[in-house]
Amino acid sequence: MTIRCEIVSQDRMVYEDDVDIVVLPGEDGEMGVLPHHAPVLSTLRLGVIKVRKGGEEHVFTVTGGLVDIQPDVVTVLADAAENVDEIDIARAEEARQRAQDILEQSKSEGDMDTYLAMEAALRRSTLRLDVANRYRAGRGRVQRGEEPGEPR
Amino acid sequence: MANAREVKKRIRSVKNIAQVTRALQAVSASRVRKAMERMFHTRPYANKAWNVLTHIANQPGRENLHPLLTTRDEVKSIIVVLVTSDRGLAGPYNTNIMRFALETFGKYEVPARFISVGRKGTELLLRSGQNVMADFSGLPAEPTFADVSAIGRLAVEEYLAGGADEVHLVYTDFVSMIRQDPTRKKLLPLEFRSAEGLVASEYAAGGESKAAYEYEPGEREILDEMVPRFTALQVFQAMLESLASEHAARMVAMRNATENATELAGILQLEYNKVRQQAITNEILDIVGGAEALAQSK
Repeated sequence: MTIRCEIVSQDRMVYEDDVDIVVLPGEDGEMGVLPHHAPVLSTLRLGVIKVRKGGEEHVFTVTGGLVDIQPDVVTVLADAAENVDEIDIARAEEARQRAQDILEQSKSEGDMDTYLAMEAALRRSTLRLDVANRYRAGRGRVQRGEEPGEPR
Repeated sequence: MANAREVKKRIRSVKNIAQVTRALQAVSASRVRKAMERMFHTRPYANKAWNVLTHIANQPGRENLHPLLTTRDEVKSIIVVLVTSDRGLAGPYNTNIMRFALETFGKYEVPARFISVGRKGTELLLRSGQNVMADFSGLPAEPTFADVSAIGRLAVEEYLAGGADEVHLVYTDFVSMIRQDPTRKKLLPLEFRSAEGLVASEYAAGGESKAAYEYEPGEREILDEMVPRFTALQVFQAMLESLASEHAARMVAMRNATENATELAGILQLEYNKVRQQAITNEILDIVGGAEALAQSK
């Protein structure tokens, strides 16, 4: 028994397959979705979507959005989503650094709009880095000595 | 028979036309490629968003959930969002969509007001005496969601304020380079519709969903946020589809024009040859006749 999982971001189809379980960062906490789940419509928080199919596990970052759960299909409408294997670590690091710099600058200048925008940007790039480091090397095993904090 | 100089002049003008249409064809070819790419990128999200709206609309007890889901008892007036192009020379593109829109809504049982996107549509609607409530023309050649979200928002606000009891969307669906179909979608209220094109789902296909949704956080928060945004998104996608259709239609029209011009130039060239030959023959006859007369008079 499988459930159809579709992850779309605003500019493309990210993932589509029949899977065993989907774990989502729901508004009220993590949700594990198995086949024959009751219909749920929920917003998503910044976080990680895990999809398991047979022995494989796929991990995606998501920056928020919406999920439509039907008994046999889960549709994730993400603001932005990315497969962990696609994350470019160098670029993510660069983006984090840039966000950090602008954040410091706007804090000293008291520019509230920029501050909030950059704070969100910083959270996003930190999440991507954490997740990439955590799941890419050794698929699911945490590397010794660098247990990443909860990505928030 | 026309004289040689006149024919030559026509050949030149026809060749000029062919040059212009060939250039337009090349421009459209590159535009249509870009437009198609954009359209295909956003299509999955827009389609899934439409599916989610369908799921919401098909659940039992939806009527009392939200004003945007409630079918009104009496439909007194409607709004039609019509997508056309700003510029002409696109073959039958604008004519087709206008004919479709006027056949469907021109003599609708209740008065229809139009939100027109595209200059051609506005002109044609006004000429046929329709009520145009808003005109969005002169949008950028490659519009972003931010550019067009106002259109969807206007429709939703007008609907909620009671200015209209239904909102329809009319646009040109891009099927392929040689086929674009005028299409209509009913945007508001969200009501039960067949789940055509949905992922094969024994629960959603063909019948009402058996269970109502649970909402996290609250249903009000989600629906307030989501329904207007997804409605605007449908308008955006319709615009991208229409843009790709417009450029494809223009490309085909221009290719036909170029072919016709080339053919016409060929025919005119033959004519010119004939006229020229005739003139030479006449001259030779004159000379021969003159020589003959001189010979006889000796």
